[in-house]
Amino acid sequence: MILVVAEQRDGKLNRATWEAVAAAQKLAAMTGGAPIAVAVAGGSVGAAAADISGAAVARVLTVEDPALEPYTADGFVSALAQLVAGQAPTYVLFPHTYLARDFVPKLAAALDAPLIADVVGIVDAGGTPAFTRLIFHGKLAADVMPEGDAPHFVTLQAGAFSADSAVRGASPAPVSGVAVAVDAASIRQKPDAPFREAKQAVDLSQAARIVAVGRGIRALDKMPLAEELARALGAELAASRPICDAGWLPLERQVGSSGQTVAPKLYLALGISGAIQHAVGMKAAKTIVAINKDAEAPIFELADYGIVGDLFDVVPALVKELQR
Amino acid sequence: MKIAVCIKQVLSRDWHPRVNEAGTWVRDEDAAFEMNEPDAYALEEGLRLKERHGGEVVVCSAGPARVSQVIREALARGADRAIHVESDELASADGGAVASVLAGAMSGEAFDLVLTGLQSDDLGLAQVGVVLAERLGVPHATIIMEVKVEDGVLRVKRELEGGWFQFVAMPLPAVLTIQSGINQLRYATLKGIMAAKKKEIRKVAAGPVRSRQRIVNLYVPQKTKQTQIIGGTPAEAAAELVKRLRNEARAIE
Repeated sequence: MILVVAEQRDGKLNRATWEAVAAAQKLAAMTGGAPIAVAVAGGSVGAAAADISGAAVARVLTVEDPALEPYTADGFVSALAQLVAGQAPTYVLFPHTYLARDFVPKLAAALDAPLIADVVGIVDAGGTPAFTRLIFHGKLAADVMPEGDAPHFVTLQAGAFSADSAVRGASPAPVSGVAVAVDAASIRQKPDAPFREAKQAVDLSQAARIVAVGRGIRALDKMPLAEELARALGAELAASRPICDAGWLPLERQVGSSGQTVAPKLYLALGISGAIQHAVGMKAAKTIVAINKDAEAPIFELADYGIVGDLFDVVPALVKELQR
Repeated sequence: MKIAVCIKQVLSRDWHPRVNEAGTWVRDEDAAFEMNEPDAYALEEGLRLKERHGGEVVVCSAGPARVSQVIREALARGADRAIHVESDELASADGGAVASVLAGAMSGEAFDLVLTGLQSDDLGLAQVGVVLAERLGVPHATIIMEVKVEDGVLRVKRELEGGWFQFVAMPLPAVLTIQSGINQLRYATLKGIMAAKKKEIRKVAAGPVRSRQRIVNLYVPQKTKQTQIIGGTPAEAAAELVKRLRNEARAIE
């Protein structure tokens, strides 16, 4: 049996859950049609459970306990450890979200199970499934196999599997509750409510064109070059994480797994290597242009057009050309 | 406060990996190595907490003999002493295996706080910190942007997706995985480098390494896009790119 653990917040299912279902369906096809169960955990998850019951899966399991709202790592590990022990799945699949990164390694370690994280594909390795991950800043792909007894835990990179490709069921899958006992007193994390920082001045997700700056810009005093190109293109300025870490651009201009995910008509990446954390935030852009002096930079795998060259030569030439 | 910072030595970000003959790991004989960047932020945070609260910072690292390079760097930046779990096997081991080995070496020390980077730049499994918390039996929080300690209680700011944040409190001792950009990194001074030579690095045997996953094939990822590389001088490439964006991709007017 393949167990998918859904993610929901305030009763709303995270889109990445449908991606995890798509992955589970592919894995099931590769393992002789193993049944798929989807678990939804939280304080009160009826709406989210009803939503995911539309998928072509064998059943939906709700794991409800007041101690699971708000989310804490201790609470979720306690509840899901009981669920996994009871269901005895072969594989347990999660979307690779911030939430999953917070508790899944602890859950896997508590159950002494392997965890293959941030997976972008599932392949047949001589009759047994192997899970593909990108390593060394996306420069290499590794097919990884879990060893030893089940359960085997896998987290799936956002966008690696298509939510739209998840097969829907002809009729809703049965939804049933699984009783767990979570001792609220043993939960050590005490969270406050989530919040957003001060008013966001720019919403990159609405920009039609984006010029993004990476480490290749080298110094803050070179930023005007990128700003000039953005102006010439009528584009918004964005950045990879290291530029924001250095304080050269505000965090709200960050594109990547910890910032904004964007899908503009045009995305121009200047001096950006294309490491996974950035790539997941922009690979859905319609036209991607990469300018980087490293011909082997992974960004060129994502780009529609690429110029291998020094951005300090290419960008002024581009600005001149656009202003003609 | 007795603070442990776990750091990993990783292959340099600019190094171009070449796969070994078996297709199971990289050929790193001529490679350059560096401190995993998120761990550098964790180290800086540990040093700042020591400056604020007093105590000591102990750097912990697992891996082959060459790992002493990043240990010395951490000592030069201000860590007080180090624990090196020496093992060649650990160079390519998964986070779960490494964390179990580190926990074995660290459990006797009774640290108040353990910091690690949120993930490594080479394998990026994002597991060592969280598994370490499980093995040490202490609470944890991940992807942390701010750390405050008041009267033995930890209050941290967790980064969530899409610009959201959350404050979480928990008792000490605890493990935190630190997000990059939490602070500005300091670099070693000459004075620090000289002082580092006299600081203690305690070597610990790894014991059996139980890895629960293995790489069966390692390769250059297949291109799914038809990338058009535009050559020529900067002026020529710029002209050609604008032409194609305008006429072919219709991405600009």
